[in-house]
Amino acid sequence: MSEHEFMITMQDVNKWYGDFHVLKDVNLNIKKGEKLVICGPSGSGKSTTIRCLNHLEKFQEGKISINGTDLIEDVKVVRHIRSQVGMVFQHFNLFPHLSVLENLLLAPTWVHNKPRKEAIETAMYYLERVKIADQAHKYPNQLSGGQQQRVAIARCLCINPEIMLFDEPTSALDPEMVSEVLEVMVELAEEGITMICVTHEMGFAKKVADRVIFMDAGQIIEENEPHEFFDNPQSDRLKLFLDQILSH
Amino acid sequence: MATYTMKEAKPAPSTSKGLLFWLRENLFSDIKNSLLTLVGLYFLYTIIPPLLNWMIFDATWSGTKDEVVKEGARWIFIVEKFDQFIYGFYPESLHWRPNLVALICIAFLLSMKFVKNINIKIALILLFPVVCFVLISGGGFGLEVVETEKWGGLMLTVLVAAVGIIASFPIGIILALGRQSHMPIVKTLCVGFIEFVRGVPLITILFMASVVLPLFFSDGIDFDKLLRALIGITLFQAAYIAEVVRGGLQAIPRGQYEASESLGLSYWQGMILVILPQALKISIPNLVGSFISLFKDTTLVLIIGLFDILAMVTLTNSDTNWLGYEVEGYVFVTMIYWVICFTMSQYSKSIERKFNTEH
Ligand SMILES: Nc1ncnc2c1ncn2[C@@H]1O[C@H](COP(=O)(O)OP(=O)(O)O)[C@@H](O)[C@H]1O
Ligand SMILES: [Mg+2]
Repeated sequence: MSEHEFMITMQDVNKWYGDFHVLKDVNLNIKKGEKLVICGPSGSGKSTTIRCLNHLEKFQEGKISINGTDLIEDVKVVRHIRSQVGMVFQHFNLFPHLSVLENLLLAPTWVHNKPRKEAIETAMYYLERVKIADQAHKYPNQLSGGQQQRVAIARCLCINPEIMLFDEPTSALDPEMVSEVLEVMVELAEEGITMICVTHEMGFAKKVADRVIFMDAGQIIEENEPHEFFDNPQSDRLKLFLDQILSH
Repeated sequence: MATYTMKEAKPAPSTSKGLLFWLRENLFSDIKNSLLTLVGLYFLYTIIPPLLNWMIFDATWSGTKDEVVKEGARWIFIVEKFDQFIYGFYPESLHWRPNLVALICIAFLLSMKFVKNINIKIALILLFPVVCFVLISGGGFGLEVVETEKWGGLMLTVLVAAVGIIASFPIGIILALGRQSHMPIVKTLCVGFIEFVRGVPLITILFMASVVLPLFFSDGIDFDKLLRALIGITLFQAAYIAEVVRGGLQAIPRGQYEASESLGLSYWQGMILVILPQALKISIPNLVGSFISLFKDTTLVLIIGLFDILAMVTLTNSDTNWLGYEVEGYVFVTMIYWVICFTMSQYSKSIERKFNTEH
């Protein structure tokens, strides 16, 4: 398969924070429409990996290309790439001074120059999809964590991205709200968007992932199809890790 | 195993409410507290009645100065000199112009509250200072020119403070952003400016503005004294605004920057649409505090020869027809300053409360 047929390619990506080597020769090819789950212990570089993909973090060595565009330090290129990549954060990061609807309108109207009326229609459509249209005029901190995270997902969808990145989208949520967010993510996965999700939700991984990757100390240690990954881990480190997340 | 039924909420016991309860709880809760309350009441008793007598009941409000028989304040001095306190030497026949400007200011503030259309708002914001300036200084639309030397009194005080506050605001924000910049030159310049200005008293800046600024301009240009003071005050205030805004910026979580970047907003879009609205909002109390200090500090312009309200009082006190009226004059200025500063601080509290309830 030639390089162009991948939605995302990472080639020998290396990154350092000062002297600390966070990412070590990360190689990753992701096809259009593929769902990838990344797991691994805290501090292993999962967030750093996906944050490199939309240039929230810079990397020093290697090559990343997104949908055929090489990610280089150039304002236009970065803008172009960000317009194709949506990112959902652990702590939602909604804009607290704007209503839910205004949160969703910001990027379409200012970055993508959509007429406001059209942007509102799109926004309401996606709020409908994440089942929260009735809250459109509330402010983020009037919503529960689960609702806020669904708004954050809708906010990304409004820019009509090719790729969605999720960085532990459910780990800041109260347990009873996890499923409402996962449900939305499953529906999204079924639609064929390319998705990379850092999560330890094994049920979600088994249900939607095409591939699961295990990272430790800045490296990809193991990758497999989800059932094999969880039921038949190969490396000792993954076995240990799975024991740990299953034991509580 | 046990199950429990849900309980209804009931009202708090009546012994924890009411005026008597409040008095007991706050003024006479124990011996020490009661004693302090009594001492405080006695203190007020010795101060308030004589003060009220002097200011109101024994005061002379009208008539000529030779008819004064009462012991209290002779406010006739204020009445007589009122126009000078308010307008300085601004020609009497043209007082309607500053008056009109005052009305326009009120109309402008109201329109900012009620006009929703952003384009009209921007047009008003741009038009407002021009209209005010033309009205006060004249020299266009058939308005007679009034030189800045004639501007004075409360009008000048308010004008200096307003220009200082409004003009320093954008400069202060730019300085605060520059201070956070990753570009070393920009950062060094901003830090250098802020730390220099904050390290010297306003009065030195004013002297520098009145003496040093003209050196930078080719001779022959007679640099307006008021303009020099305004530039000095604006630069001074900008450094303080920058520090206040920096405090606000630091309180914004990193996630806000990341979210706005990941949505594709540019640096300036992110700043203007996402970061600054939040940072300025939490800075409001400190900003208003800084505005209030500036308002009080404007009175230093009298040292470089401008006649603000305090200078006007001092000046009228040396009128040989009205010797010995200092107390009335200074009490009057004090009250003017206090009323304006107190209003500003109450207004800021009301905005804060509004923000706190509406998120
Ligand atoms: N801005 C930073 N400066 C220095 N070290 C960092 C920074 N961000 C993350 N790190 C370090 O990099 C490592 C990987 O972090 P991260 O990618 O967030 O891990 P994960 O998401 O897998 O928990 C951690 O050890 C973390 O302490
Ligand atoms: Mg992480």
